[in-house]
Amino acid sequence: MSKLVAFAAIQGGYNVVSEVEGLLRNALATYNADTKVEFPNTGYYLPVIYSLLGHKVETLEDLQKPMKFARGLLPPHIKRVNHLPYLGPLLDAGMAAILAYEIREGIRSVTDPDFYFPQEDPDIEAGKIWLGPADDVILRKRGVEFVDGTAPGFAAIVGACPTPEIAKMIVEDYQLKNLYIFCASGHNGTSVIDQLMEAGVQIGWSTRIVPFGPDISSAVFALGFANRAAMAFGGVQPGDYKKILLYNKNRIFAFVNAFGEIGTRWACAAAGCVNWGFPTLADTDVPEILPTGICTYEHVVPNVPHDEICQRSVEVRGLKVHVTEIDIPLSFGPAFEGERVRGKDLYSQCGGGKTQCTELVKMADMKAIDDGKVDIIGPDITDLKEGETFPLGIYIQVAGREMQEDFEPILERQIHHLVNYIQGIMHIGQRDISWIRVSKAAMEKGFSLRHIGVVLHAKFHQDFENILDKVQVTLYTKKADVDKLTERARAEYKHRDERVENMTDEAEEIYYSCTLCQSFAPNHVCTVSPERTGLCGAYNWMDCKASFEINPTGPNQPIEKGECLDPKLGQWKGVNDFVSKASRGNITHYNFYSLVHDPMTTCGCCECIAAMLPACNGVMTVGRDYMGETPCGMKFTTLAGVMGGGQSSPGFVGHSKFNITQRKFIVGDGGLLRVVWMPKVLKEEIKERLMKRGEELGVPDLYDKIADETVGTTEEEILPFLEKVGHPALSMEPLIG
Amino acid sequence: MAEVTKEKAAKPQKMADAITASIDPATQEMIARAQKLGVETVFDRAVTMKPCNIGMQGTCCKNCAMGPCRLPLPKAGIEGEDTRKGLCGATANTIAARNFARMVAAGASAHSDHGRSVAEVFLSVARKETEDYKIKDPGKLIAMAPHLGVATTIEKDGEVLDRDLDEIALEVAEKALAEWGKSEGELVYAKRAPQPLYERWKKLGVVPRNIDREIVEIMHRTHMGVDQDYKNLVKQCTRAALADGWGGSMLATDLQDVMFGAPTPLQSEANLGVLKQDHVNIIIHGHEPILSEMIVAAAQSKEMIEYANSKGAKGIQLGGICCTGNEILQRHGVPPAGTFLQQELAIITGACDAMVVDVQCIFQNLANVAKCFHTKLITTHPIARMEQENVLHIEFDEHHAMEDAKRIVKMAIDNFENRGAEVMIPKYKAVQIAGFGVESIEYHLGGTFRGSYYTLNDNIINGRIRGVAGVVGCNNARTKHNEAHIAIVKELIKNDVLVLTTGCNGIACAMEGLLTPETAQVFCGPGLAEVCETVGIPPVLHLGSCVDNSRILLAATEVVKAGGLGNDIQDLPAAGSAPEWMSEKAISIGHYFVTSGVYTVFGYHMPLDGAPVLKDYLYEELEKVYGGMWDCEPDPIKHAHKMIAHIDKKRKALGIDKARERVLMDMADRREMEAK
Repeated sequence: MSKLVAFAAIQGGYNVVSEVEGLLRNALATYNADTKVEFPNTGYYLPVIYSLLGHKVETLEDLQKPMKFARGLLPPHIKRVNHLPYLGPLLDAGMAAILAYEIREGIRSVTDPDFYFPQEDPDIEAGKIWLGPADDVILRKRGVEFVDGTAPGFAAIVGACPTPEIAKMIVEDYQLKNLYIFCASGHNGTSVIDQLMEAGVQIGWSTRIVPFGPDISSAVFALGFANRAAMAFGGVQPGDYKKILLYNKNRIFAFVNAFGEIGTRWACAAAGCVNWGFPTLADTDVPEILPTGICTYEHVVPNVPHDEICQRSVEVRGLKVHVTEIDIPLSFGPAFEGERVRGKDLYSQCGGGKTQCTELVKMADMKAIDDGKVDIIGPDITDLKEGETFPLGIYIQVAGREMQEDFEPILERQIHHLVNYIQGIMHIGQRDISWIRVSKAAMEKGFSLRHIGVVLHAKFHQDFENILDKVQVTLYTKKADVDKLTERARAEYKHRDERVENMTDEAEEIYYSCTLCQSFAPNHVCTVSPERTGLCGAYNWMDCKASFEINPTGPNQPIEKGECLDPKLGQWKGVNDFVSKASRGNITHYNFYSLVHDPMTTCGCCECIAAMLPACNGVMTVGRDYMGETPCGMKFTTLAGVMGGGQSSPGFVGHSKFNITQRKFIVGDGGLLRVVWMPKVLKEEIKERLMKRGEELGVPDLYDKIADETVGTTEEEILPFLEKVGHPALSMEPLIG
Repeated sequence: MAEVTKEKAAKPQKMADAITASIDPATQEMIARAQKLGVETVFDRAVTMKPCNIGMQGTCCKNCAMGPCRLPLPKAGIEGEDTRKGLCGATANTIAARNFARMVAAGASAHSDHGRSVAEVFLSVARKETEDYKIKDPGKLIAMAPHLGVATTIEKDGEVLDRDLDEIALEVAEKALAEWGKSEGELVYAKRAPQPLYERWKKLGVVPRNIDREIVEIMHRTHMGVDQDYKNLVKQCTRAALADGWGGSMLATDLQDVMFGAPTPLQSEANLGVLKQDHVNIIIHGHEPILSEMIVAAAQSKEMIEYANSKGAKGIQLGGICCTGNEILQRHGVPPAGTFLQQELAIITGACDAMVVDVQCIFQNLANVAKCFHTKLITTHPIARMEQENVLHIEFDEHHAMEDAKRIVKMAIDNFENRGAEVMIPKYKAVQIAGFGVESIEYHLGGTFRGSYYTLNDNIINGRIRGVAGVVGCNNARTKHNEAHIAIVKELIKNDVLVLTTGCNGIACAMEGLLTPETAQVFCGPGLAEVCETVGIPPVLHLGSCVDNSRILLAATEVVKAGGLGNDIQDLPAAGSAPEWMSEKAISIGHYFVTSGVYTVFGYHMPLDGAPVLKDYLYEELEKVYGGMWDCEPDPIKHAHKMIAHIDKKRKALGIDKARERVLMDMADRREMEAK
């Protein structure tokens, strides 16, 4: 009986709104009305209120308007017989509760500012379990995973399971399905998060199990995350509530699992989530709502057995997940990528300065290798005692009709995350500086080095089936063999680096489009050339080429660049034609090498954003992990909000970190020598390449001439510094001519 | 011989059998009571007077003084060439088409003249010439303005600002009123139709020029010796009917909503049992809410309630009949006391202290019935008076609306003490949820944030709802009162067809209890029941009066716009029905539904049997022209199944005739999605 749900949710809406009204009154009586209300480091204010109502909450006083709005949404109560229609009222009551919950969390930021631990991972020893709302750095970093499909959606879990074992089973199943698990509230004095900790499961953003907060109100952070994704990646404007919610229904595959009895406070939250198209599946006997429309399929499904709830949930949400079944005794999936192996959990390790650990992928002759063969030359880890170290050489030979030497580094780069995907195994670094840590738990489950080979063989076949026919893995664990492999590998790396280094835009006739993120940013089209890697930092020209070989109808399509219309700014007729078509006529042309004149479009996934600084006759750039102010007057997150969403915004352009030191970086505007400011953290990260490129350009001390936030965060502050060090930009032709 | 004559004279007059005359127990009781009291009603007259056979066939022409020419079709039909003709040579097709056209003209003029009155009152509101009417729903005004080409914002110094509401109102009033008689251009609301439909009309040359002109042109064309090509006549019917549905009626609905509020769902009751023994009972009967809105306001005023109390009544009970009843039902929850065929019966309760009427569907016999009781029968409209002496005429004028309304209510109160001893109010009444409109349905399909017809479409696509039917129209004393209405609606909902109702069908369904959400679990197929349960709606949605059939057109347009069910009204799994029609307005409504792409089935009979070629043209050929066509089926179950078959045909064409598979989406599927 939907009527009972409506009755409960509307009752809950009234309770929640009244309670939060009381809290707000108290807060206003205790604190000044202009006391700041904010979630940590976000450009989206209280994100649900901001995204749906377009209302920016910055102070306690600002909470009054959405509070009043929530009150106004509350519908009349439902009569027992001859009632009026209730679906609309039910959804409105749910929305009123969601808004009130966010207001409640806003008030908490004033009354109890240290309630949450705003980091990626909790500090369990210090008792700081609840992380609260994700900041924009986490949003963008994790959001990209939602965009590229690494994480197809999220499960919002409220309550507690009957036992910790059941909680662990369910959450690990979601991890295997690559979903994020957003947790809030408890039931009967415990919560899923408590239960997972009891069962020894690592929680935090790193393992995709996010402990938002102990109250049902903290469930609103999941919706805030989803709505920020709609704004950041989908380019939906704040206040355009219909679009925001439909975007969520169509593109953010989330759902709610309620464990424990659903009271009115949960019922109204669940009703609120239906506005987003997020259905609720429960383990208790609540009335079901099966017809479709607001959600893609069912709205409320009750009485789901615990061992079926994961599968049922993704089906009800209409989500197809690709679960990797690999024959190893450990769980495997992206959710385990961020899992750490701490000192006390460590069984054995290789690399990391203790021993040598090297990885190499090489193309082989089809007849020379056996597919699926995994050899261990030397002792296996099972032969070692706890605490011992060992050297390791991972040598992978691949063969296939479509395989090219150029794809070797792409395959090799997969080793890092694929090994990391194994539960209980941690992988750091790459090439000849790899480091693998194996946990006791993994050993208990029967881990052998062989399994690394099994994983790499299976995943290479799965992900690169169009180019590979055979994969053979050899694992060397004797020092002499490893050293020999390392020597050979270093020569290979050098050869490869030179090959990539020497590739130029002029020499290649084919560029590649990238519409990978069109699942989230439907109008955005990137074009990737050898000297302009994708702005997300994830795809360079070679990756796109390989991706096209692997999936000829996929998101990376070859573009014949055609006639060069402007060699300085980097514009080609073939590219323009393609972009015009792919953006449905929204973008008719753009330049590869300029941010001043018709720059390339930018989506919310960009690693860095460069902006003009007219007073300095230069350009600044800022990475998404820098939270502070910048000389252009906007933080990264504000910049991304202003110019993301598939727009071409003269004066700004999104780019990858790597692109900064590529030869063609804004060469139409004067190139790297135009760069007068970047945050210290970015400067440090690319230091080596930056110095090298400075030398090439005849300014060997360019690194020192680029200002950072220690010099200043306004044009006025940095200009004297630039003059003092004689920054080359100051003597270049005017940026705007 | 003398004896025989005497015997004939002594033979008692034939009277209706109450049980076979109606399915409604309240009606049955009142027919029996009328017969006991010797008061003759429409039910008795239907037994004694047979309809004219040639008129039934549609082939009697009295358009000139050389006639009436009568062209009945022989019982055996005609083999070979049809040589029937009138004095002037008019064929059966011409005569039946002319008669049909004149029905369209009369129906369209009734709706549209009603619309004109509303527009005139609205103009006086916009000009601030009346205190009594106001703009109650500014949101609706702002929503309708752009469709009339009226701007709702202004630009000032590069900034877009909201335009002054009074200014909008005045321009809307002027533009709206111009629709009746403008000298050039076309009906502006035609563009509210889905684009392919508008374009089809344009291509066929049937977009109305203005409302009045199309009606006048029918009268001209059907004059002796003008248009003698039935197809050309039907084409003109289309112009006039579209000018009604997408013009006069739609403007009436819109402006009524602006002045009196767009309806939202509310609870009320229906049937004669709503009258109260100890209250002053006032029946409001007719069609225009201009009058009834004021009567409601007057009757709810403290002054009048106290006055009623002072006269020994516990209060004032209003009850509606026909579409006035629906107007005050959907906006104020005033219960309808009955359908068209119950108008005399309301007086026969002996509890009706006054019956106030305006225009359309008012029996002249009310005056004769009222004479037998204390009831004051008050006509209010200058164009609708009665010859009988006991009828009072209080002319209602929008500039003194409240004053007039109070005078009428006071008259009813004063009459309370004149009631005879023999009051008998039937105990029958049923609860109903009414007040659905295009806007409120949208809201209830998803709330403030997600309200959208897509929710409906999705459940049509997934097969829970098989289709949508508009079941509307009158009662007809030639058929058993309400029988076909109820049988058809029940058969439709049993087969998972959601029903939209207006007019007397709405009242009939309410009386039968079909307008409650609880009904869904009893009478509906499982799919429709589940959707009703989810949304909390009855399986039959009451959309208002007969001008409010325009709401059905706009709801259909919204369904098209919401996507997934084709791009034109004719693509929808939908059908129309008027089970017990009698009014010429029904013919106009039927024709605008047909030419908007809806398969429309009438009950009882159609005056076309004498001209089979014309009949085939309307029943079959029109589908190729407009996507919709006429049909007639008196048997209610067959009638419903003809509609269902059409719905299934459309489902098949849309490819939704099979169970929908659950589609699980991965990232590649998401990338394929159109940007919305």
